[in-house]
Amino acid sequence: MAQLPAKSGDATTRPKTRAASKKSPYSYWFYVPSAVVFGVFFLLPTALAFYFSLTRWTLFSSTFIGFKNFVYFFQDPQLSLAFRNTLIFAVLTCGLKVVISLPLAALLTSGLRLQSFFRNVVFFPVLISAVAVGITFLTLMRPSEGIINLGLRAIGLPGPDWLGNPHLAIYSVALVDTWRGLGIATLIFIAGITAIPKEYFDAAALEGGAWVKFRHVILPLSRNATFTVILLAFIGGLRTFDIIWTTTGGGPGFASDVLTSVVYKEYQAGFYGLSAAGNVVLFVVIMALVYPLMRFFNRRELEL
Amino acid sequence: MRRRGPATRLWLDLVMLIVVGLVFVVPFAFIVLMASKTSQEAATFSLALPSQFRLFSNVWDVIQFRDYRMLLALWNSCLLTVGSVVLVVLLGASLAFVIQRRTDRLASFASAMVLTGLIVPPAVVPTIFVLQKLGLYKTLFGLIFVEVALQLPFTMLIMRAFLASIPRQIDEAALIDGASSWQLFGYVIFPLLRPAIITVVVVTAVVIYNDFTLPLYFLPGAKNVTAQITLFSFMSQFTNQWNLLFADVLVITIPPLLMFMFFNRQLVSGLTSGSVKG
Amino acid sequence: MRRLLIPLLALFMVAGAAFAQKVTLTYLVDDTQTDSGIVQALAAAYMKQHPDVTINVDLRPGGTDGDNIVKTRLATGEMDDLFWYNSGSLLQALHPEQTLVDLSGQAFMNNVVDSFKQAVSQGSAVFGVPTQTGMAGGILYNKAVFQKLGLQVPKTWDEFVANNAKIKAAGITPVAASFASGNTWTAQLFVLADYYNVAQAEPGFAASYTANKIDIATDPAALAGFQHLQQGYDLGWWQKDAATSTYNDALKMLATGQAAQYPMLTFALSEIQKNFPDQVNDIGFFAQPGTDAAKNGATMWMPAATYIPKTTTGAKLQAALDFVSFIASSAGTDVITNTVTPNGPYFIKGATLPDNVLPAVKDIQAYIDSGASYPALEFLSPLKGPNLEQICVAIATGQMTAEQGAKNYELDLQRQAQQLNLPGW
Repeated sequence: MAQLPAKSGDATTRPKTRAASKKSPYSYWFYVPSAVVFGVFFLLPTALAFYFSLTRWTLFSSTFIGFKNFVYFFQDPQLSLAFRNTLIFAVLTCGLKVVISLPLAALLTSGLRLQSFFRNVVFFPVLISAVAVGITFLTLMRPSEGIINLGLRAIGLPGPDWLGNPHLAIYSVALVDTWRGLGIATLIFIAGITAIPKEYFDAAALEGGAWVKFRHVILPLSRNATFTVILLAFIGGLRTFDIIWTTTGGGPGFASDVLTSVVYKEYQAGFYGLSAAGNVVLFVVIMALVYPLMRFFNRRELEL
Repeated sequence: MRRRGPATRLWLDLVMLIVVGLVFVVPFAFIVLMASKTSQEAATFSLALPSQFRLFSNVWDVIQFRDYRMLLALWNSCLLTVGSVVLVVLLGASLAFVIQRRTDRLASFASAMVLTGLIVPPAVVPTIFVLQKLGLYKTLFGLIFVEVALQLPFTMLIMRAFLASIPRQIDEAALIDGASSWQLFGYVIFPLLRPAIITVVVVTAVVIYNDFTLPLYFLPGAKNVTAQITLFSFMSQFTNQWNLLFADVLVITIPPLLMFMFFNRQLVSGLTSGSVKG
Repeated sequence: MRRLLIPLLALFMVAGAAFAQKVTLTYLVDDTQTDSGIVQALAAAYMKQHPDVTINVDLRPGGTDGDNIVKTRLATGEMDDLFWYNSGSLLQALHPEQTLVDLSGQAFMNNVVDSFKQAVSQGSAVFGVPTQTGMAGGILYNKAVFQKLGLQVPKTWDEFVANNAKIKAAGITPVAASFASGNTWTAQLFVLADYYNVAQAEPGFAASYTANKIDIATDPAALAGFQHLQQGYDLGWWQKDAATSTYNDALKMLATGQAAQYPMLTFALSEIQKNFPDQVNDIGFFAQPGTDAAKNGATMWMPAATYIPKTTTGAKLQAALDFVSFIASSAGTDVITNTVTPNGPYFIKGATLPDNVLPAVKDIQAYIDSGASYPALEFLSPLKGPNLEQICVAIATGQMTAEQGAKNYELDLQRQAQQLNLPGW
């Protein structure tokens, strides 16, 4: 960035810009570094991948086969289950993260004695890698000796086979993911709440207690933060992969497969063109779900 | 608000302590506990305290395993993380600045482009082709650029959201005072972005540090081992030594923990002292 | 500085030419203790004899992640100088004719047993030398448990079922299972190790299977393996936590007698010996029983091999070939024997097994000596569906019937065949 023209608006040029009034103070040069890095290292490979989705691609050679890969992709008998699981996972983790972390953030900005301790502890899971989280929860969720079930049994509840029961596995992984992602969501909410001008709180304090404050100040005024959390969590949920892969691997059988794990397994199998096609489908699906959401949020963005 | 009785607060504190303790502290205590056991005791997965406290010798075993490979891995991971984070903050901030402040078509196009990055999974092999063409394959720089490209969307989103809360009047005041657009960005806006920057630093640093797939593909070779890859190979090397596996988890979690502790205070103060509010 | 550097460089080049081979090779192997241990021991032994050659061992993850790394590196021309990989259908997916050095003309290939060469060939080209012992796939069983319950080794599937009923009645898990994520490959054994029986029932199965002349879902011989899995679920053969048990959990159950049997490849014996040295002699092996006691025999797996990619050239190629010739000698197999317990026969001529091999290995040898052994399907056909392991788990956990599973597998094969561009699909 240092090499770019650093000064364009000194005393001599400024009147000109003003006069022309077309030249914005927000120079196009600000785009350039990002555009280069993003274009070369993301968009270009992605465009190549889109091309390869139309080929039978062995990595060693590729033959153009039109849209056949897409046909094969949709023929996968497990695909509808993967679609269902993807939606369940995204909605569930996104919902849980918002529902838990907004009140949590409100609580953690309300001046508890151990506030900073709580903030730290809630954020800790974010620091651990998915592989490590996977190892830890595989152990904690073991049906017989796992601590979670030991605890449940101690209070007289039956402990399920969290990750081994085909009907339960996807929900268990969603819980693990919520545990892991709560810290980020809470952090964004804390940032949002602390950005609310003090006067609002003072006004609420005159009218009533903590509920009024939450219902009439925090909830409406952290709308931007809520949008950010929902968007990130929802997209993150739709394209989640690592936590599923390190806990259930999409199993038992195909029971907790999501779109990304299906695509990844195709990649692993050496179906490179097919998995590229799967990624295109994934992209379209996420776009179709997220774009309206984004439009909606953008229109209702709050300027404080 | 401050006037509420301490008694009501106390029970809230207690309830939180129990809930947070069960949900968040127990898994951590478990990791430490497992890392403190002998391999036989660890294999039972029980909460029983270890008969001999082996934490330090286990950690030492993990560190000196295969000629102190762990130290090299930690060093590589830190270089990668710091390099990528510095770059992504600079690029992300300037990008968010121009996108949020301009409301023209290019801005919304750029915004849409970047957000595809949030959605489309990275294409591994084509990226390797590109890196090879540029002579950047198997270099730390190459991997840093890839990481930056992949983290740019998130960074942009956070910064843009924060920029929305910085009034344009501040820009106008600076411009009237004779600042160029780069000066406006560098001396006025960038410092104001501090809370968002800290958020981005913490989150992207953690994501990049914890990622194992990209280094696996773009930075192969024994010299280039990273922290998460040690964990991966430990999983197959020490199939029955859960104590060492968890000791590895513990060791590689230390750098992000240190970083978090370093930024923690700033995270909180940076969040509360954001100069533009109220 | 630069002034100094150029003469120095020149000096090195001259020196390099004079001593001809100060060569450094890298060898890529998966990071399991046995496989990487073998390569490290071979490299150390070779370097002792050839101080002018340095061999650095690079590690990669195992399993399908590792397969990906190998394919990616080959496709991008970034492979190490030598590497370790499976033989059979997995090798075919590497497109060896485009990526690997043909070893068929090398003198040391005369040391390699012909039946192995088939598994690493394409056309007339041969690409690898075996770098471990072969192994059998079938049932590992705990002899102590069998003795205590007065059981005989079953020769037919019905006897196997009857045994399991008795074992279950005695409160012992009849068949250990390990369906946890990352361990699902172990679920395929009932299907894959049944191939001896399939081949007995339908000679020429492999060829017609590759040519799409067989429907897995309706062919009784091919379907049997899937039905075995369903039967295991229906009759409750697996332990309670099978869905989250790992390979190592299952080995532990088998070694300690909590489980009586474990369908597995015999390479598991090295793992058992490492972790349960006192129990490994209790472990025996029998072939997966079929319908006819007179036609009982074992399905065999070919060893993994060492390959040289085409990107290795010049002095490195010469050094790599010399190292490979060492691997393909009885001196090489002796190094392997000293590193890990043999799990089966070597495929190197003149290689000897020590007298104190494990009892289970003697069981395997008995099948081989009596002519009752046959290679697994993956060494006879390039076609193997990638989803087989998940399908097997789905059947074994009651999510699919055998017929549904076989139908799914048929589709899986179809996709694989289309990707391989095989004729007839």
